[in-house]
Amino acid sequence: MQAKMKVKESVSPKTGADVLMQTLIDEGVEIIFGYPGGAVLPIYDALYRTELRHILPRHEQGAIHAAEGYARISGKPGVVIGTSGPGATNLVTGIADAMMDSLPLVVFTGQVARGVIGTDAFQEADVMGITTPITKHNYQIQELEDLPRIVKEAFHIATTGRPGPVVVDIPKDISSELVEPLVPEDIHLPGYQPNYLPNLLQVKKLAEAIHHAERPVILAGAGIIHSGASAELLELVESQGIPVANTLLGLGSFPADHGLFLGMAGMHGTYAANMALYDADLLINFGARFDDRLTGNLQHFAKKAIVAHIDIDPAEIGKNVETAIPIVADAKETLKALLKEVGSAPSITEWVEKLKTDQVKFPLWYNTDNDILSPQYVVERLHKVTNGEAIVVTDVGQHQMWAAQYYSFKEPKKWVTSGGLGTMGFGFPAAIGAQLAAPDKTVIALVGDGGFQMTLQELSVLQEHRLPVKIIIVNNTSLGMVRQWQHAFYGGRYSQSKIPVQPDFVKLAESYDIRGFKVETAEALQEVFSKTLLDTEPVLIDCRVNPEEIVTPMVAPGAGIHEMIGVKP
Amino acid sequence: MKRIVIAIVNNQSGVLNRVTGLMSKRRFNIESISVGRTETEGISRMTFVVDVKDEAQSEQLVKQLHKQIDVLKVWDITDQAIVARELVLIKVLSNPQIRSEINGIVEPFRASIIDVSRDSLTVQVTGDSDKVEALIELLRPYGIKELARTGITAFPRGQQRQVTEMKPYSLIK
Repeated sequence: MQAKMKVKESVSPKTGADVLMQTLIDEGVEIIFGYPGGAVLPIYDALYRTELRHILPRHEQGAIHAAEGYARISGKPGVVIGTSGPGATNLVTGIADAMMDSLPLVVFTGQVARGVIGTDAFQEADVMGITTPITKHNYQIQELEDLPRIVKEAFHIATTGRPGPVVVDIPKDISSELVEPLVPEDIHLPGYQPNYLPNLLQVKKLAEAIHHAERPVILAGAGIIHSGASAELLELVESQGIPVANTLLGLGSFPADHGLFLGMAGMHGTYAANMALYDADLLINFGARFDDRLTGNLQHFAKKAIVAHIDIDPAEIGKNVETAIPIVADAKETLKALLKEVGSAPSITEWVEKLKTDQVKFPLWYNTDNDILSPQYVVERLHKVTNGEAIVVTDVGQHQMWAAQYYSFKEPKKWVTSGGLGTMGFGFPAAIGAQLAAPDKTVIALVGDGGFQMTLQELSVLQEHRLPVKIIIVNNTSLGMVRQWQHAFYGGRYSQSKIPVQPDFVKLAESYDIRGFKVETAEALQEVFSKTLLDTEPVLIDCRVNPEEIVTPMVAPGAGIHEMIGVKP
Repeated sequence: MKRIVIAIVNNQSGVLNRVTGLMSKRRFNIESISVGRTETEGISRMTFVVDVKDEAQSEQLVKQLHKQIDVLKVWDITDQAIVARELVLIKVLSNPQIRSEINGIVEPFRASIIDVSRDSLTVQVTGDSDKVEALIELLRPYGIKELARTGITAFPRGQQRQVTEMKPYSLIK
């Protein structure tokens, strides 16, 4: 049998855009998220000659967030095409989001022809200038013969070391230029040599520190997930008996149902996790960047601890928190080396018992004594019905924190959220990308009514491709987190945070040929969830929850991690 | 505190923008930059003088610069034995009566007068910052019309003094 050809015609590439397509195929790209326009017409013409799968969102923002969701779940780079000018600027938020959350993206933007660059031509924007601070690297192709090498470099840079977005700006005359077949040169990047293997001396120091520690804690971040080190982490934890806290983006790197799991740490983390970080004498950070939402006021963060920080990006080490044992390396490689060095488990029974008592004394809690649906209950039910095995994609705000607190992720690559940039409108398109990366898995788009209204035009994509994404709107007819802060810190002046005017989401879904349900009680929720969440059709469930509900517990802005409010009813 | 940082970079369009952009993004205050080609084709050398709060911030600056793909090498040479020089052009108000007086100031600094007009003269001085500052202060009373500084460019000396102080590491802290 003949191997399936990816290029329909077995002819040599004809235009610069054909060369681009061939390079994408060679890179193993399976899916492209993009939106056509003037400056990328040659690229879309070349795409037409291939069998590459292309997803057309209804706004470029949908394309880039979908690519992020795809990258997060598949571990492969998300590939995006946008046209020049407004096409490119519409991608900016997603590029910045991917930069903050270390997601591998390769973004191709059209550019006006070389001859008119710099003349304020129609649909011209300085994409290089705009994207330089929000990309890992960016390129503008100046000569066609550089194209295959640059695209290769772009994929290499996006996916290795600390992943991140790379933008390749392609002038229209280059993508339409006729050319003989090009052989890509080898890439040569002397200024980019990420270090994967740990310094063994530092690993020995860490093993020694573990051996002497009385109150050790591990902070597991997204670096564990990027490097696929969950098994090694579990092995270390079980052999040494050290408790684990997660960052928001690290959720799933360690099983939430494990006896040594303390929960998420940070602003809305659990009391036990935060107090563990506060009181620890040894804090081992695997692949997290000590974000301010995690650390709270740095004056009070891990002050009693020797800090060990394992990060593939040297610039993160010592950036916010003074580090005694820096290890610039891949988390998996470090864990493997560390497992060889550690001896018998340190005697820390007292410490672990204290944290377990904290967990029992100060668990996550919410009001259950009223008839209105609780948003936390929605997430708990979701966990139950999906057996904690669904891919959960959230937007940003209260519902995001409740998902992080209550979904209890058991394994990695089940959690997609916008952490660093906190991008509203991210959730729904990212869920589309996640579903495309995992067509057979249950994908939940857990969104707020505010964020969903920012990108709901992508319902067309569900309709068009019959993607079985389950949209759950945690609808409190307000911008809940804004409202919560106005309640707590701005004297209850709800400036512009109440949005009772909204579409009938059920009818909206139906207009896209998607089933819609409105749910106001726990019973109805139960029924709709068990009826719809596990089938293979898309659904939208508008859950009307208690708008008064707030996310607890909380580290107030400016407070130390040990000064949590709302830890008890 | 002032730090002198050297970066070896690919000589490509946009590199200066990348470097200065990251500095302004992270609020590093640049006092001067000098850029020029090196002995190797396609490679440029940048010398920055930056004003940072503390050592941690200067370490962060070096690391952030190093992350740039077009930056091949970075080092903070402030604490090394270095030769650092800048070139300054100073246009001083003068008339024929005080020209020789100014010349008397300029000479000990091994600076030179490179242009003379009816009411002014231009002094060129090269050297380290202290020397340059001293000369500027001496010329200031005559009235400085214009001043142009290239910013420092610097090298570590061929021979470095021995480093004896190393920070000890301790588990006890």
